[in-house]
Amino acid sequence: MAVNKIYPDAKTALAGLLRDGMTIMSGGFGLCGIPGALIEAIRDSGVTNLTIISNNAGVDDCGLGLLLVTRQVRKMISSYVGENATFARQFLAGELEIEFNPQGTLAERIRAGGAGIPAFFTATGAGTQIAEGKVQQEFDGRLYVQERGLTADLAVIHAWKADTEGNLVYRKTARNFNPMMATAAKNVVVQVEHLVESGDIDPDHIITPGIYVNRIVKLDTVEKRIEQRTVRKHA
Amino acid sequence: MAWTRDQMAARAAQELQDGFYVNLGIGIPTLVANHIPAGISVQLQSENGMLGMGEFPWEGEEDADVINAGKQTVTEIPTTSYFDSAASFAMVRGGHIDMSILGALQVAENGDLANWMIPGKMVKGMGGAMDLVAGVRRVVLLMEHTAGGKPKILKRCTLPLTGAGVVDLIITDLGVFQVTAKGHDDGLVLIDIAPDVTLAEIHARTEAPFTVAAGLTVAA
Repeated sequence: MAVNKIYPDAKTALAGLLRDGMTIMSGGFGLCGIPGALIEAIRDSGVTNLTIISNNAGVDDCGLGLLLVTRQVRKMISSYVGENATFARQFLAGELEIEFNPQGTLAERIRAGGAGIPAFFTATGAGTQIAEGKVQQEFDGRLYVQERGLTADLAVIHAWKADTEGNLVYRKTARNFNPMMATAAKNVVVQVEHLVESGDIDPDHIITPGIYVNRIVKLDTVEKRIEQRTVRKHA
Repeated sequence: MAWTRDQMAARAAQELQDGFYVNLGIGIPTLVANHIPAGISVQLQSENGMLGMGEFPWEGEEDADVINAGKQTVTEIPTTSYFDSAASFAMVRGGHIDMSILGALQVAENGDLANWMIPGKMVKGMGGAMDLVAGVRRVVLLMEHTAGGKPKILKRCTLPLTGAGVVDLIITDLGVFQVTAKGHDDGLVLIDIAPDVTLAEIHARTEAPFTVAAGLTVAA
């Protein structure tokens, strides 16, 4: 009989996987495609001293901002944290460590980590303070910076649809960092909007194969907040 | 008279060519989308994982899953594709994007660019800017010529760099400069000037030395 990957709620899906001082990857770009229910369950668990790898840090009352307010985060590895006032306050008070990565470098570090590639070279950041302390090497007359692959103890991600095997499909720009993070952590927990039986997703349409997914929680409702609502007005 | 923000954006749009794939930064660069010349088709890339970006949605038709890199709601068009962030930056880093138009805090005559942090102030992070300037084929800056009366076009950037020797073209409210010797000095050439702006005025507001392109008519 196949392993059951389906869990009834976010808390149960994370049971046994959380410990103080661990490293967690958290998907999403801004508030788009973030694993909001799983982040809330991490908050409620009280686990602390976390290193979080995520492109952004949420806002004060949503996403990873929830873990900052409760001071459960020791260090963030991110590319942009401009939207979070709690983050700024804790960082300026020396309570929070931040490692900024160029966004493409962050994405590739996670991809590489998941693909068993310990390091790679990129021109991004060559000649800037990002390159300080890193191996730099010239290839074909251009200077490149060595960056390391990234892995984590746990990845929490959001997908639009899963089947019971854990094959995943994402929706529009909510895909972002989720597929790479699914490959780069020892345990991967996904929250989904729709859950179907194996065989109900066209295999050609699957973005993340089930091999990467350990646990699935189907949400009854998903709060999708918009950070910058920009519209055209009807005449 | 100096160019307005919209006139600057329109000037930048003249750099676009038919079939270009383009990434627009936040701020004045976003306005370039409103000035794409007739008969020219360009696809806009948004580094959060969208190629072929449409306008803002009609009120009531916003989709939280369709946003641009500024986290603004946008729309799909018939050419749209979606992909993950690693694929998005492979596109950028691999030199597949023809042009990036972005803002700047400082730029130097050797093409160095600083636009991500001011020491002592809260650092928000570089986002995708370092990847874009390192990987996109042609980097165009669209910025005010000065900040608080101080020149932004310098001999050397004093702020931490976003990229070294990466800028190809600088468009300001006063004129347009070509960076002809990336990684070296003395390569800045003034190739266009806003109406009624004098050369003396540009010199007074520009720290870096520059030459004037042959054929450009300017008032002394």
